[in-house]
Amino acid sequence: MFVTSAYAQTAPAASETPAAPAGEVHTETGVAHGGEHESAGFPPFDSSHFASQLLWLAITFGLFYLVIQKVIMPRVGGIIEDRKGRIAGDLEEASRLKAEADAAVETYEKELAQARSKANGIADAARNDAKAKAAADRTAIEAELAAKLAAAETRIGEIKSKAFAEVGTIAEETATAIVDQLIGGKATGDDIKAAVAAAKTGA
Amino acid sequence: MANDPIHQFHINTIVPIEIGGIDFSFTNASLFMVATVAIAAGFLYFSTSQRSLIPGRAQSVAEMSYEFVANMLREGAGSHGMKFFPLVFSLFMFILTANLIGMFPYFFTVTSQIIVTFALSILVVGLVVVYGFAKHGFRFLKLFVPSGVPGALLPLVVLIEVISFIARPISLSVRLFANMLAGHITLKVFAGFVTSLGALGALGIGTAILPLIMTVALTGLEFLVAFLQAYVFAVLTCMYLNDALHPDGH
Repeated sequence: MFVTSAYAQTAPAASETPAAPAGEVHTETGVAHGGEHESAGFPPFDSSHFASQLLWLAITFGLFYLVIQKVIMPRVGGIIEDRKGRIAGDLEEASRLKAEADAAVETYEKELAQARSKANGIADAARNDAKAKAAADRTAIEAELAAKLAAAETRIGEIKSKAFAEVGTIAEETATAIVDQLIGGKATGDDIKAAVAAAKTGA
Repeated sequence: MANDPIHQFHINTIVPIEIGGIDFSFTNASLFMVATVAIAAGFLYFSTSQRSLIPGRAQSVAEMSYEFVANMLREGAGSHGMKFFPLVFSLFMFILTANLIGMFPYFFTVTSQIIVTFALSILVVGLVVVYGFAKHGFRFLKLFVPSGVPGALLPLVVLIEVISFIARPISLSVRLFANMLAGHITLKVFAGFVTSLGALGALGIGTAILPLIMTVALTGLEFLVAFLQAYVFAVLTCMYLNDALHPDGH
């Protein structure tokens, strides 16, 4: 599209080119230049070079476009994609490891809680055992003591009743001895017995 | 005058070629087009030859320019526009490299030739028209009929839209061309002041410092302009391509 318009513009310009060497003659600068140059007008608007510029622009830019499309884009895009993939993979790996670590921590805490409850159970059992044993010991000792107490009480009762039983005999002997001493006569055993019994009941 | 500011834009034939009576000579402009393409393609090729996971400086620059243009195109023309990525990237790199090469003293600036920038803009606008009609048929003409305009104003708005569309290749090419041309002329003029004032003796050398400072500052500005104009050209290309892709989606 633009090429055709440029052809149209350069067609008269091309016919002017034979005049160009004339411009070369009064090259005003002392600086050396490779080739001819036009003195006509403002160089960017000098249409005599439009065709050449368009051709070379088409060649160079076209080549550049192809290089960009075929070589540079896949390469740079590939590098960037690789990096994105790598970063995503690394992040995934990191999150996987984190999940693993979290699971490990959870297991550890569970086990710790289990161990703690087990330890509590053992301690409780030991305490209960000790308590039960102490209670059993105490009841056993109490029972023994009660038995001993009861035995002692019965012996005391026996001794007491025996002593009570002997009180009559002692009183009779004492009464006989007293009567002997007081009246010098012998009191009969039966009398004294009766008297002691009477005193006992009277007492 | 040795420091004629226009002189740098002269085209000199290096290898005369004539086909069918038309001058297709290999000129200094052609030489610098070849140099631009060789440097841009060579840089992109060799900087990425290592394909490192962690890029070096050169590879970083190549990747940055690639992603810069890719993001620009994706934002400007949507993900459908990515099929034009090779073109936009080629345009951006070609213009940027040509502008930067032009910053070297005695080098020719390819983009200071109106015919070159005009050809590139016609390429873009031509592609928009051809692709727009090929993809959407006559619906592409909706581009000139914005929705939600009252009926009475519509002819006027359509006329304005058509004129602005026709003006696109002109504005696109003249913007780049004029920026490069004016910048280089200004640089040359101020640099010329330095030498002509310096020739006047001690006082002249003293005052020559002012245009020298100006030249240094302008050189920095010109580097900015070199990048900025390549960027502007690429952004506008993206916007125009967006019109071809979505003519009714203003």
